[in-house]
Amino acid sequence: MSTLLQQILNGLSLGSIYALIALGYTMVYGILKLINFAHGEVFMIGAYAGYYGAIGLGVERYGAAGLPLYLAVLVLVFAMAVAALLGVGIEFFAYRPVRSAPRLTPLITAIGVSLFLQNAAMLVFSPNPRPYPPILREVRFELGGVIVTNVKLTIFVVAIALMIGLNWFIQRTWTGKAMRAVSTNLDAARLMGVDTNRIIRATFAVGSALAAAGGILFGLDQITINPLMGVLTGLKAFVAAVLGGIGNIRGAVLGGILIGLAEQLTAGYLSPDYRDAITFVILIFVLILRPEGLLGVVRPEKV
Amino acid sequence: MQRRPLLSLLVAFALAATSSACKKKDDATGGSGGKAESSEIVIGHYASMTGATAHFGQDTDKAARLAAEQLNAAGGVLGKKLRIVTLDTRGDGAEAANAVTRLIDVEKATAILGEVASSLSLQGGPIAQRRKIPMVSPSSTNPKVTQIGDYIFRVCFIDPFQGKVMATFARQTLKLDKVAILKDVKNDYSIGLADAFQKAFTASGGTIAVEQSYAAGDTDFSAQLTAIKSSGAQAIWVPGYYAEVGAIARTAARLGVKVPLLGGDGWDAPELFTIGGDALNGSYFSNHFAPDQASPQAQKFVADFKAKYGQEPTGLGALGYDGVMVIADAIKRAGKVDPAAIRDALASTKNYDAVTGKITMDKDRNPEKSVVVLKIDAGKAKYEALVNP
Amino acid sequence: MALARRFAVAFAVGLVLYGIGAWLQDGLIEYVQRIVLLAGINVILAVGLNLINGTTGQFSIGHAGFMAVGAYGAAFFGVKLAPILQRLLGVAAVADALAFNIALLIGAVLAGIAGLLVGAPSLRLRGDYLAVVTLGFGEIIRISFNNAKFLGAATGYFGDSPAGLPAYTSFFWVYAWAIAIVILIRNLTFSQTGRSLAAIREDEIAAEAMATPTTRLKVLAFSLSAASAGIAGGLFAYMQSGIRPEDFRFDKSIDMIVMIIIGGLGSISGAVVGGIFVAVTLELMRDFQQYRLVLYALLLIIIMLVRPEGLLGSRELGDVIRARLGRAKAPEAAK
Repeated sequence: MSTLLQQILNGLSLGSIYALIALGYTMVYGILKLINFAHGEVFMIGAYAGYYGAIGLGVERYGAAGLPLYLAVLVLVFAMAVAALLGVGIEFFAYRPVRSAPRLTPLITAIGVSLFLQNAAMLVFSPNPRPYPPILREVRFELGGVIVTNVKLTIFVVAIALMIGLNWFIQRTWTGKAMRAVSTNLDAARLMGVDTNRIIRATFAVGSALAAAGGILFGLDQITINPLMGVLTGLKAFVAAVLGGIGNIRGAVLGGILIGLAEQLTAGYLSPDYRDAITFVILIFVLILRPEGLLGVVRPEKV
Repeated sequence: MQRRPLLSLLVAFALAATSSACKKKDDATGGSGGKAESSEIVIGHYASMTGATAHFGQDTDKAARLAAEQLNAAGGVLGKKLRIVTLDTRGDGAEAANAVTRLIDVEKATAILGEVASSLSLQGGPIAQRRKIPMVSPSSTNPKVTQIGDYIFRVCFIDPFQGKVMATFARQTLKLDKVAILKDVKNDYSIGLADAFQKAFTASGGTIAVEQSYAAGDTDFSAQLTAIKSSGAQAIWVPGYYAEVGAIARTAARLGVKVPLLGGDGWDAPELFTIGGDALNGSYFSNHFAPDQASPQAQKFVADFKAKYGQEPTGLGALGYDGVMVIADAIKRAGKVDPAAIRDALASTKNYDAVTGKITMDKDRNPEKSVVVLKIDAGKAKYEALVNP
Repeated sequence: MALARRFAVAFAVGLVLYGIGAWLQDGLIEYVQRIVLLAGINVILAVGLNLINGTTGQFSIGHAGFMAVGAYGAAFFGVKLAPILQRLLGVAAVADALAFNIALLIGAVLAGIAGLLVGAPSLRLRGDYLAVVTLGFGEIIRISFNNAKFLGAATGYFGDSPAGLPAYTSFFWVYAWAIAIVILIRNLTFSQTGRSLAAIREDEIAAEAMATPTTRLKVLAFSLSAASAGIAGGLFAYMQSGIRPEDFRFDKSIDMIVMIIIGGLGSISGAVVGGIFVAVTLELMRDFQQYRLVLYALLLIIIMLVRPEGLLGSRELGDVIRARLGRAKAPEAAK
């Protein structure tokens, strides 16, 4: 019983990281109908930005005690800012010039950017995995046979706070409303006086910042980071976005958590050999039964 | 107008393609006959310099280059300079085979070093064998690699030997009855060691509590370790590479798994300790040498590597260094830069004092080397036992 | 009469191929030969994938899975078949060639069946959803091979001999298959069926309204495309000493997408150009050592920025050359 609870807890924390990354995929897709293949790499760069931010603030001086809270928040904000800039830069250099090209062209530039960032990161950061600095002090306690760490709790808190923040941003602010307008119909939004380029930029910035937060939480939870960490994690987060119904923010969160749980339970009770396969098996079943994803909206087709 | 940049790109591309193809053709027809007496000896190295296993290839390559540099500083081999030509495999089978043919055809390698991964050595090996160029794999531990043919050698342990040593150690010295296995299914090294350990451990009366796995590059091990925790195992056999092992140790500590970990020479890297930290205390692994009882060669290698690259070498590095040294030694004993003669000399390598121990090639072209078991204590690996083959 | 002429043409082409093959074997070093073979295999992959992604307007990013099925199928059955045929026929060379081609066909059929299994239930999905499902199937196939002990699991399948799989793949066979598949797909594309496939791409609902059996056609295109990836996989297996699950990662599918989009989506000759481009570029960039993938990525981005519709666009090479010649004759008139 306690084993099951432990697996569920671990699955939930992994799932919330997927959810944070999935948000970026789903927001960009909602607006541009583009699978942003470079998003996994933005997540990776975000994690490294957090790494260097923490080192720069002298995390070593604090030892295992971790950074004081205000510095930890500073690291998070720094990494989110770096990733936001990167996301906006990618959009400007690789996607905007080909926005009116055939639909698959941006896909290749996205693949190009992804490959570029992976390999550049290997040159700059070295391909060796690195231990993530103790940005938070690790506290461990036992609840009915289940080991809970404050890192896992922080992951929930930060992930939930960011998701609530995002929801508020999208529902209540002018920019958020404009995002929804652009996502519904880009041309109509432009005709209504929305500066679509600015909104697209904002979408990339917000999505990338969330991925960076995911990167830092990932590093804290998973102990090491490496330049290729974004490949599989990004892929799974993307699957999570599709599973929930791509373009749908709540769907991305639901999809992320479902995949995190499914993975952890498969690894724990079936066989870890199939932990990556299970993600795709679930996806295929859901899509065959509900082609628009769990929370996707069925749009009537026009002839 | 719009089409111009494309056209020029295409033309440039086609020109580059044809010119280099021609150049190679000239080399192939004119090169081998006339200028056999070149002033250098080329050792080809194929390794994953990019891709998911780039750190393995880069570690090996750094040490191989250090070896060549030292040999050249000491006057070279047979009065000629050694030159290492490294070609990237990206960890990909087709590229590994491309790299080996290019090393032979274009770079005119006399001998070849590579690959780390057994599955890639099995792709490159048959070409070296067919073209009769001796190949020494630094760290492919699968027995199948040297079975390719009489031109294929290695300087590392083979899986069955190392797995058996650690199984015997766990059973007889540590007196363990129940051990869990946590292996890397993407890595044939890890699978080979896991199988060998399991066979030897159960044959001597032990039981495997549970078998779990992960895939190289994974960072989350909590599911597997949670399952192992509830299995009642007294130790965990983790025959993987240092990066994952360090994270596994930390995750185990976090989940309250208090049993020691056991592993093989894949653990040998400074990163093991920076990643794993205190969580590794009380664990054991087998290796080529003990840092606190290292031979003069090993001490010198570690010091030289640090001086040149500003970091400590890994076990893969030590094997890469030995690979080049063993090839150079064979060339010296052969007395000429001739692949067949070098092959014969390699096959008769006897008691060569390498960084990773005394190397004697057996009839299957595998080295007979002794294994050292190390215990980790306070972030350091210390000598615990020595096992001879 | 027409039939006899076709046979004569096929025979002549075969003879020419054989001649070129023999010449290459003598004149070119093994390294260049390998790249020439890989280019041919890429052409098969790209032309096959183009049928789905270009002509039919569906979107597969999991073709590495079908290639893997073909490769493993051909390798496994070929290895088992060759000794039997040798005993039956006596002549080793003939038996090997026969075993090789039968093995390729087995691989292709298996890959086609895999394509059918993937395609039939999922082709009612649209666009990116279909893409993700194919990606998922590709990964599931790879993970299954990674866990298949009798196929060598993670180490890979190397046949029964210590030297690995026999090197059956030669210039003649690669290009004979490539030409056959290109012709087959070209004829299909310009046939009535091909027009229906294009109709599905342009507007699926309208096509359906015009009584085009869209699902059946899509599944047909998908299986054919998977089968040609299977042939490519088989050819690939026999030019390597063995095949590993890792060689059919998601990256391989991405490589294939790059081939068809770089060449120009929907253009058969574009797919040919793209296939050759991918085979040659990375090898040409070897001198850049660990920088080469960074530069390759930049090259991809730049080509797409300069040429958003691919090198050839949706046109065929013949159209481009004709258009150029036409323009060269009357450059002023064109303006």
